[in-house]
Amino acid sequence: MTPLIEVRDLVKHFPIKRGLIFQREVGAVKAVDGVSFDVLQGETLGIVGETGCGKSTTARLVCRLMDPTSGSITFEGRDVGAQKGDKLKALHRDMQMVFQDPYSSLNPRKTIGSIIADPFIIHGLYTGAGERKRRVQDLMDRVGLNPEHYNRYPHEFSGGQRQRIGVARAIALEPKLLVADEPVSALDVSIQAQVLNLLRDLQRDMGLTLIFIAHDLSVVRHMCDRVAVMYLGKIVEMAPSDVLYTSPRHPYTGALLAAVPVPDPTGGKRERQLLTGDVPSPANPPRACRFHTRCPKAQERCSQEEPLLEGKPGGSVAACHFPLTDDEVATRLPLALSGRSRSAEPTASAPAPVEPAN
Amino acid sequence: MSDALLTVEDLRVSFHTDDGVVHAVDGISYQVQPGKTLGIVGESGSGKTVSSLTTIGLTRSRRSRIEGRILFEGQDIVTMDDDSLRQVRGNDVAMIFQDPLSALHPFYRVGAQLVEAMQAHRRISRSAARDRAAELLDLVGIPDPKRRLDQYPHEFSGGMRQRAMIAMALSNEPKLLIADEPTTALDVTVQAQILALLEDLQARLGMAIIIITHDLGVVAEIADEIAVMYSGRIVERGSSDEIFNSPQHPYTWGLLRSIPRLDSPRDEELVPISGRPPSLINRPSGCHFHPRCPYAREAHKRVDPRLAPVDGSSSHVVACLLESSVRERVWEGIRAGRDRDSLVRIASASAEPALESATPIAVAEESEGSDPRPAESALAREEGDVPSTSSPAPVHRPFGRPGVPTEDDR
Repeated sequence: MTPLIEVRDLVKHFPIKRGLIFQREVGAVKAVDGVSFDVLQGETLGIVGETGCGKSTTARLVCRLMDPTSGSITFEGRDVGAQKGDKLKALHRDMQMVFQDPYSSLNPRKTIGSIIADPFIIHGLYTGAGERKRRVQDLMDRVGLNPEHYNRYPHEFSGGQRQRIGVARAIALEPKLLVADEPVSALDVSIQAQVLNLLRDLQRDMGLTLIFIAHDLSVVRHMCDRVAVMYLGKIVEMAPSDVLYTSPRHPYTGALLAAVPVPDPTGGKRERQLLTGDVPSPANPPRACRFHTRCPKAQERCSQEEPLLEGKPGGSVAACHFPLTDDEVATRLPLALSGRSRSAEPTASAPAPVEPAN
Repeated sequence: MSDALLTVEDLRVSFHTDDGVVHAVDGISYQVQPGKTLGIVGESGSGKTVSSLTTIGLTRSRRSRIEGRILFEGQDIVTMDDDSLRQVRGNDVAMIFQDPLSALHPFYRVGAQLVEAMQAHRRISRSAARDRAAELLDLVGIPDPKRRLDQYPHEFSGGMRQRAMIAMALSNEPKLLIADEPTTALDVTVQAQILALLEDLQARLGMAIIIITHDLGVVAEIADEIAVMYSGRIVERGSSDEIFNSPQHPYTWGLLRSIPRLDSPRDEELVPISGRPPSLINRPSGCHFHPRCPYAREAHKRVDPRLAPVDGSSSHVVACLLESSVRERVWEGIRAGRDRDSLVRIASASAEPALESATPIAVAEESEGSDPRPAESALAREEGDVPSTSSPAPVHRPFGRPGVPTEDDR
């Protein structure tokens, strides 16, 4: 299968400036610092990471809502960075975005009908008023909204319904790529599943390719075929979902998985290995391996030499000098993940060094 | 159970607004034992935050109406005067709020805020309080605490702000710590750190914790007992094991099934709870959950369920009109991964006799002050009439049994 989108060495630095008139650059926040990945036609790529790891910036760069500092994005052979004017507009028709916050991503002064019709107006589609309204109502029906609510305002809808409006707007132009940036993190638990199921159904029906960004690893596992884990502007591990969740190789992935609370009290009271401290500042990331300051396996070499993304045993691609072994995965993530039955999990208490929480 | 640290009895909180009366908390009862953790789970608008704010007297206002009793070490917080309340709040009972950035004052240094919290409750010199503040920051795992005291909240990261909040809450060695969504604004790695910290502090200091969250994973990690709230009421309460291993309320099932989990098969279908949380102004009739409940029957729109013990357990109570044998079979079906339609069939297979026996029920209406008897006896009749098939004879009688406060004493 050919990739729909190819991202190569994507970099986005936000300059930090000092001074009022003669602004000089005193540094840069390295939000995205050399990210490469492909997204295949029809697949779902998940991007996970903590706050400030650059996942949302990556999404915005891919959709060209921002210009990259360097690097290239190729969408169906077209260089996304080089498009201008009408060509950029045509490109945006094929890639749409669903935003995180359904409260601030809808204009409160416009009716739902006109919000969803906006893409048609911008791209000059369905110019007949009756036809446009019919299309909008079709879309509303498709995402599970009552088409009669065409003339209502966003405040009359609940969070879950607003997110459906955002989805309807994003699929209005029948894009090939949908980028969903934390689409459910602002929603109530009982509503999240509704929106996740909607995205899955739409993907199946429309053959959408999806880039799904989230910080919730269990949601990502549920939605995605492949997952990229980001840390401080770089991808540290990328693997098919099944591989990533059963045999993570990068210690950061392992730590993320270990931190996820599981709604099962028997597995909950487990001895866990916690990451210490906070994410370092992206303005001044650690040298070499960026994770070495928090990594339980870090050695001398990790602060000297930057590890590159390379294939590791098990089918995962990770940037680590000392990847996790199967034994370590079994002991550090005692809660059996994906497919492994809970009875098969090793019962030995984790011999891994337990560090005090900072 | 006189040894309980906190006893909440039939607490009702309503607010008068221009749109009508908001029944935020509608008759909840629970107890917290010293040194134990109670988890309160619910969605936004289920009344979980209001109930905990009321526990430290923060919902008092001209527009609010608070009924019921909140006994903290025998003193009733509801009727307490403001001065005595101030002695309790922040001293014996402390609270951690959801968003540490808006809970800390941006203009004052973190150290000054910690010192203020201590000086408000005890005679302590400034320098002694500062020393203690540094100790507290150290206790909650903030490196270089002396230097951090002189920093402002914006110089702290999200996780550190939450740690500073916890330090402030601990400054007067409270007997009860109320944590309202303490980790919702945090990353999963930091969340794990904060939960581990709370557990560690509880073990060392022996305080009781009420943790309020919408995340079932969080309560599974930390809580001994769990109360599930919906529409201002507790719909199910039990030990952590009971709630996760044999949940009884359809809403609890819905919560458990609507979130993807790391320990379930990857392609498992999520089953969302249909509809959305009800308005607290115009609440549904009968069982408040009936508009979203796939197993609701006609009678459930009229009869208001109250908390009743689940068979074979002294601590597990549920407010559901389905017969316990039906609930048991549906839960088995859910565990076996049946789809929604077949679950509904399971539930309705045994519904017919129940429906017939339920028809002559006196209607339990929403209206305030109606005689509680008809509803109670009607409910008992409905459930009592059901021939139990798979379970030993259901015992549904002990409404109002001491120690099992009923949820709905109208």
